[in-house]
Amino acid sequence: MQVSDPGGVYLYSKKVIEEFSNPSNVGSIENADGVGEIGSTVDGDIINISIKVRDNVLEDVKFKTFGCVVAISTSSMVTKLSKGKTIDEVLELKNEDVIEALEGLPEGKDRCSGFALDALKMAIEDYKQKNK
Amino acid sequence: MDHSATTPVDPLVLDSMLPYFSELFGNPSSLHSFGNEASEALSLARRQVAEIIGALPEEIIFTSGGTESDNLAIRGVIPHDSGKKHVITSAVEHPAVLNTCAFLEKVGHDVTYVPVDSNGVVDLEYLEKSIRDDTIVISVMHANNEVGTIQPLKEIAQIAKKHGICFHTDAVQSVGKIPVNVDDLGVDLLSISSHKIYGPKGVGALYVRKGTMIEPIVFGGNHEKGIRSGTENVPGIIGLGKAMVLAQERLEPDSEKMRQMRDSLIKRILESVDDVRLNGHPTQRLPNNVNFSFKYVEGESMLMLLDMKGIGVSTGSACSSRSQKSSNVLSSLGIEDEYIHGSLRISLGRENSMEEIDYVVKSLKETVSKLREMSPLAGK
Repeated sequence: MQVSDPGGVYLYSKKVIEEFSNPSNVGSIENADGVGEIGSTVDGDIINISIKVRDNVLEDVKFKTFGCVVAISTSSMVTKLSKGKTIDEVLELKNEDVIEALEGLPEGKDRCSGFALDALKMAIEDYKQKNK
Repeated sequence: MDHSATTPVDPLVLDSMLPYFSELFGNPSSLHSFGNEASEALSLARRQVAEIIGALPEEIIFTSGGTESDNLAIRGVIPHDSGKKHVITSAVEHPAVLNTCAFLEKVGHDVTYVPVDSNGVVDLEYLEKSIRDDTIVISVMHANNEVGTIQPLKEIAQIAKKHGICFHTDAVQSVGKIPVNVDDLGVDLLSISSHKIYGPKGVGALYVRKGTMIEPIVFGGNHEKGIRSGTENVPGIIGLGKAMVLAQERLEPDSEKMRQMRDSLIKRILESVDDVRLNGHPTQRLPNNVNFSFKYVEGESMLMLLDMKGIGVSTGSACSSRSQKSSNVLSSLGIEDEYIHGSLRISLGRENSMEEIDYVVKSLKETVSKLREMSPLAGK
């Protein structure tokens, strides 16, 4: 059997591995104020993000993701970066902020890194539509 | 658990190679005694490889590996000045064959890619119907590298013979795991790789049946009867010869042991995990190959979690390894989208044990359930 040293040589940064193997905010919020979902089984990535909003602040953010290491780690990071922030602050978040917080992504693996943030922004859009 | 990717060099193989790096460094082409020693060692390796696959020593051409053997076999049998020709291959070949065929199409030849059924077996009727007057070669692998399906080579050989067409097989995955005899299989050309059978990387062989018209694709000092020029990789070739001998000696006990581990792993996973399927043929498969697809989870994520538990596997999913492309083998089998991204190949080796299989079963169950908890698809 091939044995690799845990914490040894990985393609990904330590931070990515950390978020991936021990993700934060997994789940879906019951009676969420907004939900965003992106992807399909054809693409092989589905990210679902639900939010609870109070006084314009994202009081709770949760994710459920079917996908690769990048999809799961960016989902987890996006929920962490947005939880407790105002809607305006979250809308200013960029994909680069997520990648930076993950201490970078390997070349060629950043293709689908923006999906989690897109799903979060869709959840905010959904909230806005419902509260017009 | 990723022995179809590569294997460690057996200590006995390494021992056989070492002298040829230092004291026996001669060039087999040199006429002095240093050269003769190397030349004799080369002859021995050639006899070893030949005998094991039921060939004559002069029918063995040493190459840099399975990929070069595949390239040489297919491109070599198309006469370089013949104009447009037709090649038949299968949809599930290794990239060494598929990309050679893609190149041939680019320079004006025609290629037919014969489809496979849901178990990965080539459609023989389709294959025979696609034969044309200008068909030069049929190339179908012995066993598939991803799903382990063993192809009906004897039947294909009969078809090829009936129509007077050259028949090549890529036997890189089957050598050392199931019996490989060129006359039993009825092939004219057969590719072998060393590093899949506990030999060194960077060396392989192509069997070329006597009387087969083949031209070189590498030109130089006319080594290997002019079919493959370039000073021979003497230590590598010695290692390949030794690895072949060991593989032959251990074929029966090793394949029986792997078959038991394989069947236990398949049975226990299919029984204890929901929404999982076995890819490839249920019985006509390599004794060391297991390929599952798990619904609701993605292959690379499974691979990574298993890697953290010290288990090395591979996956055909889009985010797999560094290729970013979904497996064309799995899509050729017609596997549904829900399953195709969650594929996992576990390929066993002779040094694996049943205790390790127990650990793999346990770890795999944990991995799938952890990822399913995260998946928006599970439980919907």
